[in-house]
Amino acid sequence: MSAALELRDLRKAFGRTEIIRGASLVVNAGERVAIIGPNGAGKSTLFNLISGRFGLSSGDILLGGRSIAGLTPFEINRRGLARSFQVSNLFTRLSVFENIRCALLWSQGHKYAFWKFLADLTATNERAEEVLRMIKLERRRDVLAMNLTYAEQRALEIGITIAGNPEVILLDEPTAGMSKSETARFVELIREVTVGKTLLTVEHDMGVVFGLADKIAVLVYGEVIAFDVPAAVRANPRVQEAYLGSVLAAQQAAEAGH
Amino acid sequence: MSSIQQSLRSRRLGRPLVWGGYALLLAVAPLVFKSGLSLTMLSQMGVAVIACLAFNMLLGQGGMLSFGHAVYSGLGSFFAIHALNYVSAGKLALPVSLIPLVGGLAGMVFAALLGYVTTKKAGTPFAMITLGVGELVAAMALMFPGFFGGEGGISGNRVVGKPVWGISFGPQVQLYYLIAIYAFVCTAAMFAFTRTPLGRMLNAVRDNPERVEFIGYSTQRVRYLSFIASGFFMGIAGGLGALNFEIVTSEVVGAARSGAYLLFTFLGGAGFFFGPIIGAVLLVLANVLLSELTLAWLLYLGLIFMFMVMYAPGGFASLIMMNLRLAAFGQLRRLWTSYLALGGLAAVMLVSAGAMIEMVYHLQLNQALGPKLTFMGAGLDAKTPDSWFGAAFLLATAVALFELTRRHFVRQWDTIQGEIEHEIKAREAEE
Repeated sequence: MSAALELRDLRKAFGRTEIIRGASLVVNAGERVAIIGPNGAGKSTLFNLISGRFGLSSGDILLGGRSIAGLTPFEINRRGLARSFQVSNLFTRLSVFENIRCALLWSQGHKYAFWKFLADLTATNERAEEVLRMIKLERRRDVLAMNLTYAEQRALEIGITIAGNPEVILLDEPTAGMSKSETARFVELIREVTVGKTLLTVEHDMGVVFGLADKIAVLVYGEVIAFDVPAAVRANPRVQEAYLGSVLAAQQAAEAGH
Repeated sequence: MSSIQQSLRSRRLGRPLVWGGYALLLAVAPLVFKSGLSLTMLSQMGVAVIACLAFNMLLGQGGMLSFGHAVYSGLGSFFAIHALNYVSAGKLALPVSLIPLVGGLAGMVFAALLGYVTTKKAGTPFAMITLGVGELVAAMALMFPGFFGGEGGISGNRVVGKPVWGISFGPQVQLYYLIAIYAFVCTAAMFAFTRTPLGRMLNAVRDNPERVEFIGYSTQRVRYLSFIASGFFMGIAGGLGALNFEIVTSEVVGAARSGAYLLFTFLGGAGFFFGPIIGAVLLVLANVLLSELTLAWLLYLGLIFMFMVMYAPGGFASLIMMNLRLAAFGQLRRLWTSYLALGGLAAVMLVSAGAMIEMVYHLQLNQALGPKLTFMGAGLDAKTPDSWFGAAFLLATAVALFELTRRHFVRQWDTIQGEIEHEIKAREAEE
C-alpha cells in the first residue's frame, strides 16, 4: 500500500506563535483517520495547511507521493484532495443541484468553457443527480442552498466535497451542531459516500470517532503524539494523560448519569 | 409531480415566446414610434441595452462593482470611429455593418490588458481599482488629442461607398435596424453565457469565492475571463454608439457615463437577467426626455434612485417578478387598492417636491424673467409664501399618508406571502 497522504515535519507559525510544531503522519490509501485533540491543538490549522488555505512555515506534504507544499487550494483540489468546512460554506443563492454541479465541473474537464451549454453536459448532469441521491437531497433539488435546514446544509457541504470524486477527503467536524439521532444517520451517510476513499476527519464526538475511524491521530499542541488503531490509542498512557482520559471520563460520567 | 411537469412544459413553451416577443418588439418599435426623436431614442436604447447587460455580467452575475466601465465602451467607440474613417479614406475594406465588431475587439483587448490588474482583487479593492483605471483613461483621453480628438472629439460619416441592397445607413431607421439586430444577438449571446460552465462559476464566485477555490477553480481566472467577455460587449455597444452619433468625444470614457451604467442597471434590477434592459430604456428616457423637461433632471434622478434603493433594492425587475409570483397564485387583486393609493401618493410627493425644486431653480437661474413660473399647468410665484406653503403642505401630507399606506401595505404583503408559502407546502405534501 502506498501512502495517500504524508505529512513530513509540518510547522506553521503565526507571528511568533508556533501552532503546528513538527507534525508528521502517513495515511495509507483507503484508510479512515480521525484527528482528535483538545481545543487549540491545531486540528483546523492542520486541515488548512493540507488543503492549501495557509502556507507552510516548513516541512512538506505529499499527496500520492508528490509534494503539494506551496500550491494554491485549487491546484491541490485538482490533484484529488477535497475538504469540507466546519461552518457550512455553500453557494447560497444557487439551487442544491447547481451547488453540486459547480463542484464537479472541473473534475469533469469543463474548465472555463463558455462555448458549451451546461444542459448538454450529460455525464456531468448524471453525476450531479447521482451525488444528490447519495446525500439524500434529491427531493430538495431545486431549493436555494440558503433555504435548506441545518442538517440539509451539512449534507450539501459533504456533497460539494465528494462531488468531484477526490481520492483524499478531509471533513472538518462534519457532525458539529447536530442532534444525537441526526449524528448517527450522518455518520452512516459519510461512511457510504466515502467508500474506497482516504478519509481524514476532525471530530469532537468520541462516538463518531470510534464508530468511523480505522485509525486515530491524537494532536496535542501541534504535535501528533499518537497514531494507531482505536483500541491502541485508547490504551495509550500518554494519550490518557494528555487528552483522552478526561474526555472519556466525562463521557462515561454523562452516560452513567442517565 | 404534475405541477413540476407543468412548470417544465410552460418553461419550454415560454422561452421561445419571450424571445419571439423581444424580437418582435425590436422590429415593430420604429413602426409605432415614427418621429425623428423617437427613432433617435430607440437607437440609443438598443445601444444602452447591450451596455447595461454587459455591465451586469459583472455586477449582477459576478458581484463585481465596476466604477469605470465606460472605459471599454468608450475605447470601443474611438476605435470604431477611426475604423470608419479608414474605410471612408479607402484604407480599409470593411462593411459599415461590421464596424461595431471593431469596437468589440477593442473593448475586449483593453479589458484583457486593464482587467488583468483589476480582477486580481474582488469586492471593495476591485471597485477602487476600476475607479482608478477609469480616471486614468479619462485623463489620457485629454492628453492625446491625436487619437481622442481633444475637446472637439473625432467625427466620421457612416454613409460610405455604394449602398448594398439599398442600405446605406444614411436614414436613421436603417441604422436602428442594424442596432436592433446587434442588440438581439448580443442579448442572446449574453443569456447563453449564463448557461455555460464559466457563466455558472461566475455566479458561484459571486456567492462564495472562498469555496470556489476548493472545488478546483481559480476565482481570479473566472473573474478575469468574465471581465474580458463583458469588455467585448461593452465595446460593441461603443461601436454602435459611434455609428449612431457619428461623433465621439472624450466624455464617452468619463466617470459620468460609467455612473449612468451603474445607476440604471441597478434601477432596472441587477438580480435578473432582463433587469438591465429595463434600466437601459429608463437611461435613454431620462437622458433625452427628462433632461429636455427640466434643468433639475439629475436631481430628480437622484431622488428616484434613493427612493428605489430604500424601498425596492432589487430594482424594477424584482418588483415585476414579485408581483408576477403573486399573480400566479391569484393574489394580485387583493393589493390593487394599495397600489393605487401608493402610486397616487408617490405622484403627489413628486409633484409637490418638484414644484419647490423648480421654484429654487427658477430663482437661481431665471431671475431676470421675474418670480412667476408655470409648473405642470399651475401658475407659481417663487417670491410669495403662498406657493411655498402650498407645496410644502402638500408634500408633508403626502409623505405622511404614504408612510401610513406603506406600513399597511407591508403587513398585507407579508400576510399574502405567508399564505403562498403555506400553499406551496400543502402542494408538496400532496405529491
